[in-house]
Amino acid sequence: MSKQASAKEILFDPVFNNNPIALQILGICSALAVTSNLKTALVMSIALTAVTAFSNLFIAMIRKQIPSSIRMIVQMVIIASLVILVDQILRAYVFTLAKQLSVFVGLIITNCIVMGRAEAFAMQNPPGASFLDGIGNGLGYSVLLLLLGVVRELFGAGKLFGQEILPLVNDGGWYVPNGLLLLPPSAFFLIGLFIWALRMWKKDQQEQPAFRLAPQVKEGE
Amino acid sequence: MSSNKESTVRTLAVALVVSLVASVFVAGSAVTLKPLQEQNKLLDKQRSILAIAGIDSTPLSGDEIRDIFQKRITAEVINLETGETDSSLDAEKFDPLAAARDPNQSVALSGDQDIASIKRREKFTTVYRLKSEDGQLQSYILPVRGYGLWSTLYGFLALKPDLNTVVGLGFYQHGETPGLGGEVDNPKWKGLWPGKTLFDSTGKPDIQIVKGSVAPGGDAAHKVDGLAGATLTSKGVNNLLNFWLGQQGFGPWLAKLRGNGGA
Repeated sequence: MSKQASAKEILFDPVFNNNPIALQILGICSALAVTSNLKTALVMSIALTAVTAFSNLFIAMIRKQIPSSIRMIVQMVIIASLVILVDQILRAYVFTLAKQLSVFVGLIITNCIVMGRAEAFAMQNPPGASFLDGIGNGLGYSVLLLLLGVVRELFGAGKLFGQEILPLVNDGGWYVPNGLLLLPPSAFFLIGLFIWALRMWKKDQQEQPAFRLAPQVKEGE
Repeated sequence: MSSNKESTVRTLAVALVVSLVASVFVAGSAVTLKPLQEQNKLLDKQRSILAIAGIDSTPLSGDEIRDIFQKRITAEVINLETGETDSSLDAEKFDPLAAARDPNQSVALSGDQDIASIKRREKFTTVYRLKSEDGQLQSYILPVRGYGLWSTLYGFLALKPDLNTVVGLGFYQHGETPGLGGEVDNPKWKGLWPGKTLFDSTGKPDIQIVKGSVAPGGDAAHKVDGLAGATLTSKGVNNLLNFWLGQQGFGPWLAKLRGNGGA
């Protein structure tokens, strides 16, 4: 950290300027799995934001005590405990949703965003800033998840939050749903399109090609 | 504490303290939230029993569901071997699935008996009778289970009082592939079941889940469309129905009911 970033920057930078999914390409797995409808996408977003924020907070609090040889394991223990806590709470209060999310809440443990922020930010910054950074990155993840959720549920099932918006042909309406959107691969296309749109808007996110093809060598040279 | 934080002793100490604190957190949350989770699980089961019996339970609150259960549903424990009702067991407390795991309360199934691949079958199980608002018997609800592709499917089968026509079939717990075998939860597929008939004229189970769609006419009432892309799950559902409707399952009980002035 060369310069001290302001709280606002820490909080909102990850939303568009440094989006964990679109720029860092982290956390793709769950973004494919839970976005076929908005409800699960929303719960997943909240769960991940909470876990990232609190794991960042706790890790930052003890960052000076953690021996570097076991720092990853210590981070994992804290993250895993928080994820179990979230899973237990979901099961106790929103049972039907917890059933739908099933294994994916547990998989927050292996979500690269959580681990990435713990290692890249919380290990070097005070608890307050780390907490905000966790929320910010959670927001960045949530924005993309909700966007995917809206597109996939609206055009794949004609609904939003389970409420019918576009009446389906099967139920006597006019809209022929695109079933592909309900399958995980469609999220790949959508994420790709989103990244493209974001990088057209914010040109500094465009990456230089890692290598260029040399021109064909002419005969005799 | 100012000594080298990378020393072995310090490393071990930090690891120990972090693990201890984390385990207290995890254990504490698991223990305190357990009653709520159990209640949710029970409610979820009751909700699916109602849904399978044709009562739309999604808009109902937990209290309303408990209320319907108290007023319109009677549970009884039956002996699967003899088909007799056993009033010595309390239907509210009896747990057929726990009984199936207990060697004293279950029987092992041999290979050719065990078409549903459940290995052990409980000696006693709980069946439910649903009455309509005015006290008429509306349907019987039977617990069924069997192996699909990856997992055991746990569900209920609701029958009309003629003991042949399906009111509904649904599963409240399974681990089949989402989008393929997981489509056993799809309301559209579940909607294919009501009205199907399960037995042939001699009282043998006669229900088939076929590939593709069922041709209308003929024995269409004994056939149901298979799940696209989930041949093994479809087969599993078919097997578990054959098992539970057969002599190893509810056969004796059904025969008894039919004998008692039923259809």
